[in-house]
Amino acid sequence: MKIKDLSKEKYLLPGTTACQGCPHALGLKTLGMALGDRFVLVVPAGCTTIIAGSRDKSAFKFPCLHVPFASAPAVATGLGSAFKKLGKNGIPVVWMGDGGSDIGFATLSGACVRKDDMIVIVSDNEAYMNTGIQTSGTTFWKAKTTTSPKGKKEEKKDLALIMLMHKADYVATASVGYLQDFIEKLKRASEIEGFRFIHLHSPCPPGWGFDSSETVEVARMAVKCGAWILWEFDGKFKISTQSKPYKDKKRRLPLADYLKRQRRFRHLSDEDIAEIERRIDEQWKIILALEKVFS
Amino acid sequence: MIAKPSKGSAGKTGLWRTFKPVYDVEKCNLCHLCWLYCPENAIDVLEDRIVIDYDYCKGCGICAKICAKKAIEMVREEET
Repeated sequence: MKIKDLSKEKYLLPGTTACQGCPHALGLKTLGMALGDRFVLVVPAGCTTIIAGSRDKSAFKFPCLHVPFASAPAVATGLGSAFKKLGKNGIPVVWMGDGGSDIGFATLSGACVRKDDMIVIVSDNEAYMNTGIQTSGTTFWKAKTTTSPKGKKEEKKDLALIMLMHKADYVATASVGYLQDFIEKLKRASEIEGFRFIHLHSPCPPGWGFDSSETVEVARMAVKCGAWILWEFDGKFKISTQSKPYKDKKRRLPLADYLKRQRRFRHLSDEDIAEIERRIDEQWKIILALEKVFS
Repeated sequence: MIAKPSKGSAGKTGLWRTFKPVYDVEKCNLCHLCWLYCPENAIDVLEDRIVIDYDYCKGCGICAKICAKKAIEMVREEET
C-alpha cells in the first residue's frame, strides 16, 4: 500500500494527552485510516483511556467505549451480537495494552474459543506503563522495571503464538515502525469474519528509556535484529516482507545495538546479551517451523 | 454529557515543546513519511508542501528522524 493512497482523514485529533513520541497514538491514528467509519473501539484501563480525552472533549473521531479492566473482549462480544441482531455492519475493535491482556486473559481466551466477531489489538509496550512501568507478562527477560529493579527474572510470554494455538481465525504481529504493514494487516483482518488478533509492538520512550524521537527507529531496530518477528496467519502462516531477510541470521543487525539504546537494558553483561540472542534464535526456530507446518 | 471529537483535548499541547521542527520546502520530496509517522497528527499535507500545526506539535522529533531528505530540523525553542 502506497502512502499517497492512504486516507487523509484525521481519526486521532491533535492535542491529545499522549506523551511525546507515543507509540499508542501512532497505532490509534492508523486504526481509522485502515477501518474507516465501520468500527467501535473498546478500551480497558490503560494509557489509551487517557489519550481518548476527558470531559466534553474526545480525541477520537470514532465511537469509543471505556470498560472495566478484565471485561474488554466480553463487552466486544456483546457489541458484536448487537450489531448482528440490528443488522448493522460494524466491527467491535478491542484496543488494549499488555496489562489489559494479562488481567483480561480469561475473557480474551473465552472470546477466542467462541470465535466471537471482533478484532483484538494488543498494543504491547512490554510493561504496565500507565501505572508506572511495572513488569508485565510480556516484559523482556532481564528488562528493568520498577518491580524488577535488577531485571526481570521470568521469560516473556508470546501472546501472538498463544492466540494462534487458541485457533483464532486471524493472527498477526505488527510494529509501529511499519505502519503501512499494520494498515494492510488491519484491512485483511477486517475482511475475515470471526476472532481476529493483532499483536502490535509499541516501544515506549519514557518506559524503555530512549528519546521521544526514536520510537519508530527503535521499533524498526527490533525487527532488524530479529527480536520482533512480523508474521501473519489466515489459514496459512506467512512471515511478513519486513522480517523475511532476517530468516538468515547473518543479515540481522547486532542485538547489542538495539538493547543498549534502551535504559532498561543498559545493565546487561555480554553474557546476558548472548543469552538473549540464543533465546531469539530459539524463537526463530519455532516461527520457521510454523511456517512449514501451516504452509 | 456526551464528549464530542475536538482538537486540543489536552489543551494547546504545543506548549510542551522544547525543540521545534522547522521545515524546509526546498529539500522536501513530498514522500509524506513525516505525515504518516507523526503521533500527534499535527502535520497536514498540501499539494506542494506540508504544514506543521505548532499549536499542537509536541516536538517529539520523529518527523525529523524519519525524513530521508533532512527537510525537517529540530531547533531549540527560544524563551519568550
